[in-house]
Amino acid sequence: MRANEHLRLTYFPLHPMKSATFQYAKADSIPHACALLCEYGVDAKLLAGGQSLVPMMAMRLARPAWLINVNEIDELKTSARRSGADGEVWVTGAGVRQIDLERDEAVAAAVPLLRQGLSWVGHVQTKNRGTVGGSLVHADPSAELPLVAHTLGARCVLRRADVERSVEANAFFIAPMITATEPDECLTEVHWPIWRRERVGSAFDEVSIRHGDFAIVAACAQVELDHAGRCVRAALGIGGAASTPVALDAIARSLHGTALDPTTVDAALRSIGDHLDPASDVHATAEYRIHLARVLAARVIRQARADALSPPHRGPQ
Amino acid sequence: MNEPTSTVSMTVNGASVQREIATRLSLVDFLRETLRLTGTHVGCEHGICGACSVLLDGDPVRACLMFAVQADGHAITTVEGLAAPDGTMSVLQDSFCETHGLQCGYCTPGMLIAAHALLEQNARPSTGQIRDAISGNLCRCTGYQQIVDAIQLAAQRRGDAVSLAAQRGGDAVSIAAQRAGDATR
Repeated sequence: MRANEHLRLTYFPLHPMKSATFQYAKADSIPHACALLCEYGVDAKLLAGGQSLVPMMAMRLARPAWLINVNEIDELKTSARRSGADGEVWVTGAGVRQIDLERDEAVAAAVPLLRQGLSWVGHVQTKNRGTVGGSLVHADPSAELPLVAHTLGARCVLRRADVERSVEANAFFIAPMITATEPDECLTEVHWPIWRRERVGSAFDEVSIRHGDFAIVAACAQVELDHAGRCVRAALGIGGAASTPVALDAIARSLHGTALDPTTVDAALRSIGDHLDPASDVHATAEYRIHLARVLAARVIRQARADALSPPHRGPQ
Repeated sequence: MNEPTSTVSMTVNGASVQREIATRLSLVDFLRETLRLTGTHVGCEHGICGACSVLLDGDPVRACLMFAVQADGHAITTVEGLAAPDGTMSVLQDSFCETHGLQCGYCTPGMLIAAHALLEQNARPSTGQIRDAISGNLCRCTGYQQIVDAIQLAAQRRGDAVSLAAQRGGDAVSIAAQRAGDATR
């Protein structure tokens, strides 16, 4: 019997729900994590909250040779407003826990779609561990945070050794579980745009089997109105109806200058299926997903408009 | 195949423990198999059922979705840590007995951990907040209603105990435990 063989036989008797073996390292800093990634590259996975990666390892769908724990890196847990070249953004470190983001009143005031989206994510036990960055790099096409990122045009900051680059959400999400992140890159920050005007409102809605499950289809919208109640800016996104979340920029632009009345919105959403590419599965057919996308899109636009008009105003400041 | 191992140190229910373990050992298997704390149950092992919930530095998490090495340097509380050292049930645990908040008992440790964490943060939760707090825990027996009743009863008893203690200057939790004990006898 080899060294430590007794451990394997005691705990892992050919059980299908136990992870395969891996080497483990705990990163102390972002440079340390990057150095480990440079060394182990394609054989390594970063372990953040583990709420998607660990079940995949338990089911042996993922078998990384190295796991690099980034949970103890304080630099990844910052969360603050910042002014930059592209205006004001809320910057969240990739390691910020979902529960902390959801409960942060300043975040809710600056980027209300984050709290609205997070209210649909998982359960308290998973949100206590799950991170902002982990959800984005996992890139489930029906997940809430990727949808909010794509709809608002968030920027993802990726670090490789000493080189940093920033990728906009529409180029970040490539396919289910595939993002622009290279094997030796670490997602460090996400920059969420802040809409600073007065009459801004937003809404998030979805249909799922049970609350907390992945959405069959999810939708979110953010609108800005002028003093006459006309839409001057709009963002609309759909999750669960293509291989990535989809930002419906053309439809959103077509709403500019309108009062977002139901007739106009319904007309704008008539061709929503042209922008989506849903799959049929045991939960829903492709046709039903397009139907849901249209219904939910109309609903979130209506709710976002009401939110923008509602006194006392609680939209982004 | 050589099994990679790691040394972990953590606090479990207030006691320091240090062990050499297989690196891939999940936290729930570490608690149950290595430490023999079998109060925490292991159900689905992929983060769906909530039976393995424990407190990590006071916050409820799924112990099947953490490797034990990740808990290095942290404090874990299991269901064994909710009762008093002499085995006296907490007010919450007693309330589960009182309202018939369990049948087979499989989900119970996870439900207790989730409910305990809720009551520590929110002394008077609404029914909706209770249902939200236990939404990540599956029960196949009770239909959940008695579990919600149990948590409501515990919140009420803990509140009563606080006001009683304020009047009498006594130990809030022990008074509530005594009252709960009297009620079940």
